[in-house]
Amino acid sequence: MNFLTHLLNGISLGSIYSIIALGYTMVYGIAKMLNFAHGDVIMVGGFIIFTMMSTLGLNPFLSVLIAMILCTLLGVTIERIAYKPLRKAPSLAVLITAIGVSYLLQNLALLIYGAEAKSFTSVIPIKALTLLDGRLSISGETLVTIPICIIIMTVLNTFVRKSKTGRGMIAVSEDKEAAVLMGVNVNKTIAITFAIGSAIAAIGSALMFSAYSKLSPTSGAMPGIKAFVAAVFGGIGSIPGAMIGGILLGVIEILSRAYISTQLGDAIVFLILIIVLLVKPTGILGKKIQEKV
Amino acid sequence: MKSKSLKINKSARSVIVTVGMILIAYIVCQILIATGNMSNLLQNLLVSMCYYSIMAVSLNLTVGILGQLSLGHAGFMCIGAFTGAIFSKCTVNSIENTFIRLTLALLIGAVAAGLFGIVIGIVVLRLRGDYLAIVTLAFGEIIKNVLNVLYIGYDSKGLHFSMKDAISLNLEEGGTVLVKGAQGISGTPRDATFTVGVVLLLITYLIIVNLVNSRSGRAIMAIRDNHIAAESVGINITKYKILAFSISAALAGVAGVLYSHNIATVQSSKFGYNLSIMILVFVVLGGMGNLRGSIIAAVLLTLLPEYLRFLSDYRMLIYAVILIVMMLYNWSPACVAWRNKFSPKILLNKFSGAMLKKSKEV
Repeated sequence: MNFLTHLLNGISLGSIYSIIALGYTMVYGIAKMLNFAHGDVIMVGGFIIFTMMSTLGLNPFLSVLIAMILCTLLGVTIERIAYKPLRKAPSLAVLITAIGVSYLLQNLALLIYGAEAKSFTSVIPIKALTLLDGRLSISGETLVTIPICIIIMTVLNTFVRKSKTGRGMIAVSEDKEAAVLMGVNVNKTIAITFAIGSAIAAIGSALMFSAYSKLSPTSGAMPGIKAFVAAVFGGIGSIPGAMIGGILLGVIEILSRAYISTQLGDAIVFLILIIVLLVKPTGILGKKIQEKV
Repeated sequence: MKSKSLKINKSARSVIVTVGMILIAYIVCQILIATGNMSNLLQNLLVSMCYYSIMAVSLNLTVGILGQLSLGHAGFMCIGAFTGAIFSKCTVNSIENTFIRLTLALLIGAVAAGLFGIVIGIVVLRLRGDYLAIVTLAFGEIIKNVLNVLYIGYDSKGLHFSMKDAISLNLEEGGTVLVKGAQGISGTPRDATFTVGVVLLLITYLIIVNLVNSRSGRAIMAIRDNHIAAESVGINITKYKILAFSISAALAGVAGVLYSHNIATVQSSKFGYNLSIMILVFVVLGGMGNLRGSIIAAVLLTLLPEYLRFLSDYRMLIYAVILIVMMLYNWSPACVAWRNKFSPKILLNKFSGAMLKKSKEV
């Protein structure tokens, strides 16, 4: 039964990773940039929900909704101020800017809320489910996280494939110049991608901090990087890939923490990233892109 | 004599200026110390300015000259710090001459970090751009995490390693535990002095300048500017990338050895992603590819927070703003246009043009 508990915990953590990974994979697919600040948008989302619930005493659903709106605004603002002027700059410059934005958000949160970890009240009102005479217990967070992850994935996949905006996204990700000639507004498409990614990040932060209950200015950075690992693992730019990669990564992380070493969990996750990039750099579901000369 | 001075080319002049700057700074500091005009606070910072400068110059080789973003530079420093400290602790009784012991420790630290650089380079340098950055970050974190749980002991049979705790090292009686997991390694002889630091900084600088101005350096910069074009003229990309990467790693190892011989306790948790970013800020502020700039930025950004204590809460915030503003200033089309309009050179040309016109009219 122990193994089953670990497995479920892993799938739950993995679902959170895949929700965060969506933001990375969409932005990377369309804007061809690694948005390092995505993990910190999650942290900001966590603090918004925390403030709404603890300080203002709002209803959890309303808090998450407000966090989604504010995170969307934040994502679009970051894109407008920091990334849009650098559209034609080398990728090194964009990456350094993204690291700068990530640091900026972390340190602003540090100045406002202090370094001490806050305890985050769960937004999920469901009680834990006990099965098999109490030998297997599934937390309410796990029960909610997995279905929400599947719903987001399905909706987003349908949106990208069926709607006009979504098809514009695919067009921009495949060939920016050709998309412009076909009448796609590239700047608007990229802004929408950032908006969707950040809104989903707010949901991800509600689920993640509900499950782990500790919130500090740096608590977005590591899950963010791991979610990027998940996106690479599943094949960057692919929405189902983000889901598969996220869940696999979550399961591997929890199982290696349980059976190999508690302290080396992160090291094992990063080792997997390195192996994946060496063996199959395009990830599980990724497409190979030929570089143009 | 005149013809001889003309022969000194631009790069040589730049080297002379930089070396002169370092030496003058060193002499001024020594005079201030000798006359008792330097505060204790500043004296404590002198060695750290040296190792941060070495880190910045060596990272500049990877980021500015090779054009690949490495986010795991602190990992190499960590390896240098640990191997150097272990060597010095083991030999503190057998090698009594401080100079020989420190030199050997520096060599061992540099070789260990350089070897890791080669191994990681072989793995990492097949990738490009963002992937490379994230994998170097991953390697840095792996090094940090593994050293965080590593226990090393020493007895008559040699070195013992364990990933669990000090007891499972199975040391003989009289054996000493050198590295205590998360507590790190303490009691390293404090051999690092300001003079040693400055000498190492000069050596580091000269190694990299020499590399940059050599045939290999030109090949490395060709890869940075256009790797496909470089490959098509017959430059062995992998070879030069690994060359630059491992030299950069080895020099970071030297900085690590200097660090561990300057500080009471070395803990792997100090060498995280934050340190790598801090060094990156030095490189970006000093100008990517500009070695002198890296040194100046490293010194300034180590000094300023100490003098501007009231800003200490905002230190990392300022670093973040520096990164964003520098990148926007360099690459944003609006800023580039503004710079072209108001750059001193162009203003001067306009001014002299106007003067010339006036003089003609008269």
